[in-house]
Amino acid sequence: MTAAIHWRENRIVQDRIKKSIAYTIVFIMAVAYIFPLYWLIVTALKTDAEIFQQPPPIFPPNPQWQNFGESTTYIPFWRYMWNTIVISGLTVLGTVLSCTFIAYGFARIRWPGRNIVFLIYLSTIMLPSQVTLIPLYLIFRDLGWVGTMLPLVVPHFFGNALYVFLLRQFLLTIPLELSDAAKIDGASELGILWHIMIPLMRPALAVVALFTFVQTYRDFLGPLIYLQNQQDWTISLGLKLFQNMYGAQWQLMMAASTLAMLPTIVLFFFTQKTFVRGIALTGLKG
Amino acid sequence: MTISLRRPRLTKQQRRALIVGLLFISPAIIGFFVFNIGPIVQSLHYSFTRYNILQPPRWVGLNNYKFLIESDRVFRIGISNTLYMVLIGLPIHLVFNMLMALLLNTRIKGLSVYRSIFYIPSITPVVASTIVWLWIFNGQFGILNEFLKFIGLPPVGWLTDPRWVKPSLIFMGAWFGGNTILIYLASLQDVPYDLLESAELDGANALQKTFRITLPMISPVIFYTIIVNVIGYFQYFTEAWVMTANRDGSAGGVANSAMFYSMYLYQTAFQQFKMGYASAQAWILFMIVLIATVALFKTAGWVYYHAED
Repeated sequence: MTAAIHWRENRIVQDRIKKSIAYTIVFIMAVAYIFPLYWLIVTALKTDAEIFQQPPPIFPPNPQWQNFGESTTYIPFWRYMWNTIVISGLTVLGTVLSCTFIAYGFARIRWPGRNIVFLIYLSTIMLPSQVTLIPLYLIFRDLGWVGTMLPLVVPHFFGNALYVFLLRQFLLTIPLELSDAAKIDGASELGILWHIMIPLMRPALAVVALFTFVQTYRDFLGPLIYLQNQQDWTISLGLKLFQNMYGAQWQLMMAASTLAMLPTIVLFFFTQKTFVRGIALTGLKG
Repeated sequence: MTISLRRPRLTKQQRRALIVGLLFISPAIIGFFVFNIGPIVQSLHYSFTRYNILQPPRWVGLNNYKFLIESDRVFRIGISNTLYMVLIGLPIHLVFNMLMALLLNTRIKGLSVYRSIFYIPSITPVVASTIVWLWIFNGQFGILNEFLKFIGLPPVGWLTDPRWVKPSLIFMGAWFGGNTILIYLASLQDVPYDLLESAELDGANALQKTFRITLPMISPVIFYTIIVNVIGYFQYFTEAWVMTANRDGSAGGVANSAMFYSMYLYQTAFQQFKMGYASAQAWILFMIVLIATVALFKTAGWVYYHAED
């Protein structure tokens, strides 16, 4: 009896020690993860002289808030943001639209051969993009699209196998009786998709839209290849190429980078639940 | 068409379903042929030619492949640097991400705050964050060398010393791994608690529980992250390109110490406009990735799929 109680107390103490070790490590790692972002903002707030001061001040001695304003004219910040938003917005639109139709076709219509066709389609996820990169560039070049945003946007109107997979999984969980009942009432497939499925799919569609947006917003290689005129650049491309061209006005580059990060960070805080659900979904497909 | 040939007796209803189904997936069919199959075949064709865009492609047989394998030194460096990333960087990242997920799974207080902190670097634009990393790694004014000085160590050329640039990129890459941490965390939270509890009653310690129950239970997710990231790390580009790009548009670090496969391919195709030669590189990469993927699936005996799925 007493031995059991002792054992139990021991366990509680041990658990507590283990937990506090875990908490400490997590806390230290969190500080380490925040540090680069902190350093970004601190550097953005420094004067030219403070940047090169040694040792560097850990807090900005006289925060230069106007650096943020200046950075938006140092590089054509708003123009690049606008380009980025347009490209990302159209990409999201194309992806959500096409993937909805495709997923519906694979999940809700019982046509012969649909499963094997789906497997073949799904295998494109494994394809390294480099393999298609050069022929696609040459095709877009022949079409006269190089130097416009079309090569970055148009392909997304033809589906994305990963997101089709996610939506299909989601659609498969909706009982078939629901659509059968509607069909008996004379509804067409389009009508069922629009009136019954899309309202039910909203959480899954939100995941697809968010992930697509973030992915496009962060993209670098695509814009690097296709956007050749300086006024068409996205924010990622603009930040990098400006830094290369005009060298180090570090505090202004940092300020512009901070501003460029804000949209995704704000978006994350407003849609945290959707993000977390999406991450679980992408992971659980395994 | 083959489907209707094999099964001549599709009912009227089935035929209708087939037509409607194909209509719904038609964007995928077009995308599959126009953006995947067509270009794959075409790039195979280009890989046997010399093609500088200005003149039409000229057939050179296996010359591109021969030259790549026998005499292209930068190509060889690109392969070995990329393998370094896949074989050393990726395992370090995945183990580190798993450790972080296990620590976060201890019913920690403030989980959603920590989750945000670890995730944010993986949704902010890579270029914006690498600008601060360039400054952190800066040899003269960087905070990292300032710290080394503070504890009495000599400064390191994080991005300029060929021995250090890949470790530096791996170090930075850990910061971008929050996505995987969260994937692992989500799957850890799904491991049934009563399973762990009954193991504990049988006298299993924390390590045994982790290695005998938790990790096997989430092995499908581990396998998924390995596959996706192996494919991804073979295409490693943006971080290294941004960290080593010079004013003249070249990149790859001192003595090509940070020249990765995709970077060399990009340079060959879009800076030197040797489209045939670059296509041969693309096809070799395709084969390497294919072999790696097949090998991973063939050795997937350790992955445990529970019956309930």
